[in-house]
Amino acid sequence: MTPNETLPTDPAKEQSSECPVPPMSADPAANVLKTSRRDFLKSGGALSLSSLMGTAALMSQSGDAEAAVEWAEHFQKNYRLMTPAEKAEARLRLEKRYSDEYGKKVSVDTTEAQPGVLMGYALNIRKCIGCRRCVHACVAENNQSRGTKRPGEKIEWIQVLRMERGKFEQEKMNHGYPEGLGIQVGGNAYTPAGAVLEGQYHYNPEKVPEADATYMPIACMQCEKPPCVKVCPVRTTYREADGPVVIDYNWCIGCKMCMNACPYWARRFNLTTPVLPKEEMNPVTHYLGNRPRMRGVVEKCHWCLQRTRHDRYPACVEVCPVGARKFGNLLDPESEVSKILERKNVFRLKAELNTFPKFFYFYD
Amino acid sequence: MQQLISFTTDYTRYVLKGGTKFYAWMGSLAVLIVGMMYVFYLQNTDGLIVTGMTSQISDGLYLANLVFLVGVAAGAVTIVFPAYVYHHEGMHKVAVLGEMLAISAVIMVMVFVFAHMGRPDRLWHMIPPWGIYSFSSMLGWDVMVLNGYLILNFICGFYYLWCKYSGNPINKKWFIPLVYVAIVWALSIHTVTAFLMANNPARPMWFHSMMPIRFIVTAFAAGPSLIILIFLVIRKNTKFWVDDSAIKLLTTIVQFCLGIAIFLTLSEVVVELYARTEHANGLYYLMFGLHGLTGLVPWFWSSLVLMVGAFILFLIPRFRNDFKLLTIPCAMAFVGIWIEKGMGLIVPGYIPSPIGEVTEYHPSFVEWLLVLGIWAFGFFILTILLKGAIGIMLGEVKFGGPAVAAK
Repeated sequence: MTPNETLPTDPAKEQSSECPVPPMSADPAANVLKTSRRDFLKSGGALSLSSLMGTAALMSQSGDAEAAVEWAEHFQKNYRLMTPAEKAEARLRLEKRYSDEYGKKVSVDTTEAQPGVLMGYALNIRKCIGCRRCVHACVAENNQSRGTKRPGEKIEWIQVLRMERGKFEQEKMNHGYPEGLGIQVGGNAYTPAGAVLEGQYHYNPEKVPEADATYMPIACMQCEKPPCVKVCPVRTTYREADGPVVIDYNWCIGCKMCMNACPYWARRFNLTTPVLPKEEMNPVTHYLGNRPRMRGVVEKCHWCLQRTRHDRYPACVEVCPVGARKFGNLLDPESEVSKILERKNVFRLKAELNTFPKFFYFYD
Repeated sequence: MQQLISFTTDYTRYVLKGGTKFYAWMGSLAVLIVGMMYVFYLQNTDGLIVTGMTSQISDGLYLANLVFLVGVAAGAVTIVFPAYVYHHEGMHKVAVLGEMLAISAVIMVMVFVFAHMGRPDRLWHMIPPWGIYSFSSMLGWDVMVLNGYLILNFICGFYYLWCKYSGNPINKKWFIPLVYVAIVWALSIHTVTAFLMANNPARPMWFHSMMPIRFIVTAFAAGPSLIILIFLVIRKNTKFWVDDSAIKLLTTIVQFCLGIAIFLTLSEVVVELYARTEHANGLYYLMFGLHGLTGLVPWFWSSLVLMVGAFILFLIPRFRNDFKLLTIPCAMAFVGIWIEKGMGLIVPGYIPSPIGEVTEYHPSFVEWLLVLGIWAFGFFILTILLKGAIGIMLGEVKFGGPAVAAK
């Protein structure tokens, strides 16, 4: 198996040309000029502490600006409760900070969910070859921490589980059983065939696929009834109107209750300040998506909001060399995902927990 | 108002006065507290990476101690309940000391909340009107009931002391109902903490309805065990006399609750291991290890030995009646339950992970020092509160008393 050569491998390179709707990026400096203080004062009584701080920060062009930006960021509201003006302001603040920090023009998109869209995902486990290109594409696209010095510095949202095919053998028929009176109460003829969820994702073969294994990628299931959202004490993680469960990284207090609640081990904690080299940083970001995170907050897959809200596929779908990954609008009967749900045998992981994932597995 | 000022000054003055032993004790606690502050600083600059926590084991000693100390706080009710509901003479005399213990334990819990968070600087996000309070979150409820319990105990405890100090009669019209509320509230704090863990179907080790009652009985064994030890220290080092009847009743409570706790643990072992589903993997890992990883096995068995051993010793009359020997089973029960709550319940909830990965938890030096420092901080506060309370109960601190004359 070889990857499809026409598939883009470096998401950062082709963003500027292919993105149908140019990301709401702009030169932060220019934006500062656009947002005059008068505009803010016009918005009247809604002037919050954060907007005061923010305005002060954006207006002062001195060396203290950086510190002021962070200070203002500290007092901003929960993203979902911000007024459009406050959102715009928060975006500018972040764009300025990120641009300074990573030495390039960074955009922070704030595109909202579009009506009539409910995102869905389907994965053909029959086709998956376990190459883990999706894992690496996801890390590159979504600005995950990629340090190597300490184990906690490496974060991957997708895990590809390797499952042994297993077999039943004549020689093992009498291992262990029968016992006592010679009446069989069980057998040992098996090796675990079809063992799902045994955590075998640390495999490193020379070639994939391996003859004796099948693969099952797993990431956030974007549940319709997400247990992680229910347990969040500050409502920083929530379901967006178009489906994905997102996190306002600036509002997260790092209590990790969501990590206890997630049955799919989809959530990761930034144990330290993410290790994200300047040159590898993807500057096209979304506020609720792949913008760089900070120390002490939780993050997870969000179906590449920075792409999918602009009619592009998530990075993992785009990179998959065998086309195992399908993504689309569940409300559109003509979408690929809807067609799969209509025609294929699909199943959800841990369906018994009533989380109602919008991530489906299927096979031909 | 003038009375209140003199209460504060007299109280402070009395608490600050002490012998070499007192200052040595407080000094060594202070050293640990300074150490704790340093590692807390590390943790909030470098991040939780300085602890043994990982993506798989996202909480460890901090959450374990938090849960355990909620139990200790709730355990104070084992004094207050007999004192005010059964009008137990000996208990009534020391009820206020139980309230002081509850105050210190809840404060420790709150420091542990800070310790386990990734962003303690953002705690205000969960406090309205600046933040958002979420009624669907068990952590939200936990923070609410804990703060309520702190306030209740503060009011009940200090109002009682205030009346003793000023010589005013206690206004029973509101004081007694408030004490009853505090008694029920004590149950609520540990129940909600049990729900915090149990309401996670993702973690089969925690996901069963036995958790709240198990939390309560272990709390009512560990809490009074600590209280007995503290009472014996008070009897030895101060002029304040805790009645034998109070200690004996506490011993009975510990013994009964410890017995039920052991019974519940063994019931869980039978139910889980008979069917031996994948959901029993956490318990199996705890008891015997899984895939060759056995990090928690010694913890489980030492906890079981300590608890069962303590229970047997409590059965022997000599250990119950000789208060020197009584310290042994009390210490054993306390340590046994501390292990059971932490390494025996919180940590195996994370192992294996929801996708079946088995990893080991190695608490780092930072974690141990922080835990030790927070305990030291708790005992620092407890010493102050108990000393002040005892001073007032003995009549050494009194409105218009010798302390004022000394001025």
